[in-house]
Amino acid sequence: MGQLTLSGVTKKFGPVDVIQGVDLAVADGEFCVFVGPSGCGKSTLLKLIAGLESATAGRLTLDGRDITNLPPAKREIAMVFQSYALYPHLTVRDNMGLALRQAGRPKAEVRAATDRAAAMLSLDTLLDRRPAELSGGQRQRVAIGRAIVRRPKLFLFDEPLSNLDAALRVNTRIEIAKLHRELGATMIYVTHDQVEAMTLADRIVVLRAGKVEQIGAPMELYNDPANTFVAGFIGSPRMNFLKSAALGMSSHTAGVRPEQLQFVEGPGAIRSTVSHVERLGGETLVYLHTADHGLLTARLFGEHDFAVGSERGITFAPDRVFHFDEAGHRLR
Amino acid sequence: MSRTRHFPARAFAAHAVLIVWTLIALFPVFVTVVNSFKSKRAIFTQPLALPGPETFDLVGYQTVAAQGDFVAYFQNSLVVTCLSLFFVLLFGAMAAFALSEYRFRGNMLMGLYLALGIMIPIRLGTVAILQMMVATGLVNTLAALILVYTAQGLPLAVFILSEFMRSVSDDLKNAGRIDGLSEYRIFFQLVLPLVRPAMATVAVFTMIPIWNDLWFPLILAPSEATKTITLGSQVFLGQFVSNWNAVLAALSLAILPVLVLYLIFSRQLIRGITAGAVK
Repeated sequence: MGQLTLSGVTKKFGPVDVIQGVDLAVADGEFCVFVGPSGCGKSTLLKLIAGLESATAGRLTLDGRDITNLPPAKREIAMVFQSYALYPHLTVRDNMGLALRQAGRPKAEVRAATDRAAAMLSLDTLLDRRPAELSGGQRQRVAIGRAIVRRPKLFLFDEPLSNLDAALRVNTRIEIAKLHRELGATMIYVTHDQVEAMTLADRIVVLRAGKVEQIGAPMELYNDPANTFVAGFIGSPRMNFLKSAALGMSSHTAGVRPEQLQFVEGPGAIRSTVSHVERLGGETLVYLHTADHGLLTARLFGEHDFAVGSERGITFAPDRVFHFDEAGHRLR
Repeated sequence: MSRTRHFPARAFAAHAVLIVWTLIALFPVFVTVVNSFKSKRAIFTQPLALPGPETFDLVGYQTVAAQGDFVAYFQNSLVVTCLSLFFVLLFGAMAAFALSEYRFRGNMLMGLYLALGIMIPIRLGTVAILQMMVATGLVNTLAALILVYTAQGLPLAVFILSEFMRSVSDDLKNAGRIDGLSEYRIFFQLVLPLVRPAMATVAVFTMIPIWNDLWFPLILAPSEATKTITLGSQVFLGQFVSNWNAVLAALSLAILPVLVLYLIFSRQLIRGITAGAVK
């Protein structure tokens, strides 16, 4: 249960089109991630689904029921916020149980639901504390618990990991993935971090300036990007964009991922000068200055040593190149 | 902190300035209270001396207790101040919430209109207010004063509170909406507790001018039954003879309730003034 469809959803703030006609179908049990740079409208789109903003035009349905004009509490959704948004005056237990009590459920049921969610997130020992007495990671778990308690058809996450430190972010990410497997619920997750998107999503929706650029599974987007924006956004470090003319190719731009660049003896396909080296242990990133293509990034596995300022020839396999036209669309 | 530790001279200078300022601010209060315990002769011969065994005299307080109905005046002042304060905070906070939370046409203009009163003294409208009160039969009632003081306090309240309410996290309000809280519960249970320091600041700035006001009680409610303490104290001031003992005693007593209210709000007030400065 939890099949969401958006058809022609549009949002205007005054004269500004923030969301420009988004069509999307999220299947039951799917983990769908909205990703894009800041200001691309992904959070606004999530708020439209939550009912916190009203759509200027278009229609939203959840399990076939039209929810376009329903208030948030009646949409059978739950939301986890970036800033946790716990009620500061309530204990963890009351924070988690508030929605059910508001809905007029009997006390015993609220208690049972709260205990079940607390056990799931190992919050049992914290139930009588107030949010101010919790650490950031614990607060975010309470916020997730508050969402679980309601047994919603649809979970919405608004950049839930942005306020956590790096180690905690990885743990919480794994916890969210586990939660999705256990609950089998439909989840929509907003992030600007493409690593989160790649690791969590069944399907990624890449947004730019209020428009959907491409929808697909993480590896589809990685291996088959529709345009330069998606190609550059998915994958880290960023894809290198080369000028095709300088390489004697017919397209406008040639995209090569950093892991596809290889160093060769002699000049190779492109002459370059090493401008900076980042050694991360498991991999080494080499930043190369080239006359025709600007700064390129090469990603090598293992430890390597390059003298800054030394000249190196690089090459790449022609079948691993993505070709784009002048407007940035992929040429297949 | 570390700077003051390294530069004791700087700390000394700062404290010297603060102490001088405190002395200047407290001087009138000190003179009023000290002289209220002295005989009339001593007030004029040694106005700055502390009451000694020869000069100590409670005649002022005796006069106040005997003459006029000072308990009733106190009551009137308290009723007017507390109710006006309540309405200013309630309506001010509600207007501020609407201005900061909802997008609607003319939001900015409405905010400016509501804040305009800060710059225009309400006393300019005294004649019109009096005419209205006469027309509605509210002259010589406490309701007249409460209405005027509520109007007087609202602009500043709306201005300060709407600034503070903008700083309350949107996520928190949205979480409340998703959990099914009504807008009223979001306002009363989520937002108001978070802007409590600002409310205390507004409360103090609103309360003191109301308590001390002589103008409107004199014009709108001068009857014996509705006199406030400030107006009541004026009985002892005559054109030719003034009973200074009684005036000083009455004023000393008038300081007390407002001091108590201030102490209640002050903890919150200090937090309100330093919010943002510390964090």
